[in-house]
Amino acid sequence: MSPILTISGLHKSFGKVEVLKGIDLTMQQGDVVSLIGSSGSGKTTLLRCVNLLEDFEQGSIELAGQSIGYKQDGGQRRRLSEREIARQRAMTGMAFQQFNLFPHMTAIRNVMLGLIKTKKMPKDEARAIAEKWLERVGMGQRRDHYPGQLSGGQQQRVAIARAIAMNPQIMLFDEVTSALDPELVAEVLAVVRDLANEGMTMLLVTHEMRFARDVSSKVVFMHQGRIHEEGTPEQIFGAPKTERLQGFLANSEF
Amino acid sequence: MNYDFNFDVIWRNWDLLAEGLGLGLFLAIVSIAIGCGIGLLAAFGMLSRHRTLRWIAVAYVSAIRNTPILVLILFCYFALPQLGIALDKISSFVFTLSIYAGAYLAEVFRSGLVALPKGLREAGLAIGLTEFKIKTNIIIPVMFRNVLPSLSNNFISLFKDTSLAAAIAVPELTFYARKINVESFRVIETWMVASMIYVVACYVIAALLRRLELRLAVPR
Ligand SMILES: Nc1ncnc2c1ncn2[C@@H]1O[C@H](COP(=O)(O)OP(=O)(O)O)[C@@H](O)[C@H]1O
Ligand SMILES: [Mg+2]
Repeated sequence: MSPILTISGLHKSFGKVEVLKGIDLTMQQGDVVSLIGSSGSGKTTLLRCVNLLEDFEQGSIELAGQSIGYKQDGGQRRRLSEREIARQRAMTGMAFQQFNLFPHMTAIRNVMLGLIKTKKMPKDEARAIAEKWLERVGMGQRRDHYPGQLSGGQQQRVAIARAIAMNPQIMLFDEVTSALDPELVAEVLAVVRDLANEGMTMLLVTHEMRFARDVSSKVVFMHQGRIHEEGTPEQIFGAPKTERLQGFLANSEF
Repeated sequence: MNYDFNFDVIWRNWDLLAEGLGLGLFLAIVSIAIGCGIGLLAAFGMLSRHRTLRWIAVAYVSAIRNTPILVLILFCYFALPQLGIALDKISSFVFTLSIYAGAYLAEVFRSGLVALPKGLREAGLAIGLTEFKIKTNIIIPVMFRNVLPSLSNNFISLFKDTSLAAAIAVPELTFYARKINVESFRVIETWMVASMIYVVACYVIAALLRRLELRLAVPR
């Protein structure tokens, strides 16, 4: 089977500072890959490159057979047009640490917006899909609430529904529980876990090591812009090879 | 002091004052509506990546804000026709007041825009929206709701500024008050009543806008 996501030789700099120094990563459909590593190691930047929220100078990302963000044009590397990039962005779903719901729209309108404006769906169809997904994340009862009227955990579940409703090829989760009060973490992780069990392809950044161990098909440990060690959850958590990873795990909470 | 108050002439001309008040409100509403459009363009201009756009927007805003409004009114009414742009009194005044409101609202909108969290735009990008759709569906509506209180204050100032239209004989409240004053010599009564009307009108407008703000505010 051909991979759904192939990242090869990805380099990314902010000004003179190289933040990603050659990332190679392959994912099959249904894979759940967790990115772990200390703060500043480049996990967020990697996700943002996949979702084209950042441009990158070198390397390539291929999603479902398409080159993401750039094309080769007569030996020249060219950034795609804004319209093309917008279309490709909709192929990946992103859940952010800070939820980033649209505060002036109810939960259901948040989910419907992309369906109507990007996918050009009729309102009724968009509403039906939005209702289905809000139901699935346990927010069906709150569909007419505004983000400001919801708890952090509820907002994050709506944000996940908003991303998934677009029917992306892959879901990206960037520390979706780290802005939450401890008692709200579980409800969000439960939603992510359900999606993983149903075969959603996901690339997720997390500090919840126990969760990463439970849901992942592969765990990737990043350090200073490189993949330092990768393997199955058993390998990474049970028998970490490098000293760096051993040190990181010793300082992590489980 | 021995002054015989006599409000008869005011009561007899009540319809004129009401008509003047109505026109003043109309001028303020039309001007703030056009001013919002201009202000929005200027605000995006000030925040643009393009130097020329930034320069034009900043030049417009500072030029207008540093000119007394009466001078602007007289300039547009008396000088523009010399340059071949002749407008009737009311159009000329609406033009002036819109340009004037636009410069102040540009500043209001600009600070509203920079105060928005960056994540809003990125969340829009992530669901495949283009920059333009993000602006029209997310950025502008959210910013607009956030700046409603300043917008209300600007509207009330603008309404009071419509009194300056009397300078070019636009028949609004101040114009009629002056007319009644000149014809009747009831100086104290006329200006007392005119002031009262402005005070009450502003008070009522503020109360109405307050309710509108509550209705439109982002719920929490
Ligand atoms: N917009 C940016 N401009 C400049 N430097 C940035 C920017 N975003 C991230 N960085 C830097 O890139 C490095 C990796 O950041 P990030 O990907 O957020 O790491 P992580 O998510 O693993 O904590 C950090 O050193 C960070 O300071
Ligand atoms: Mg991060």
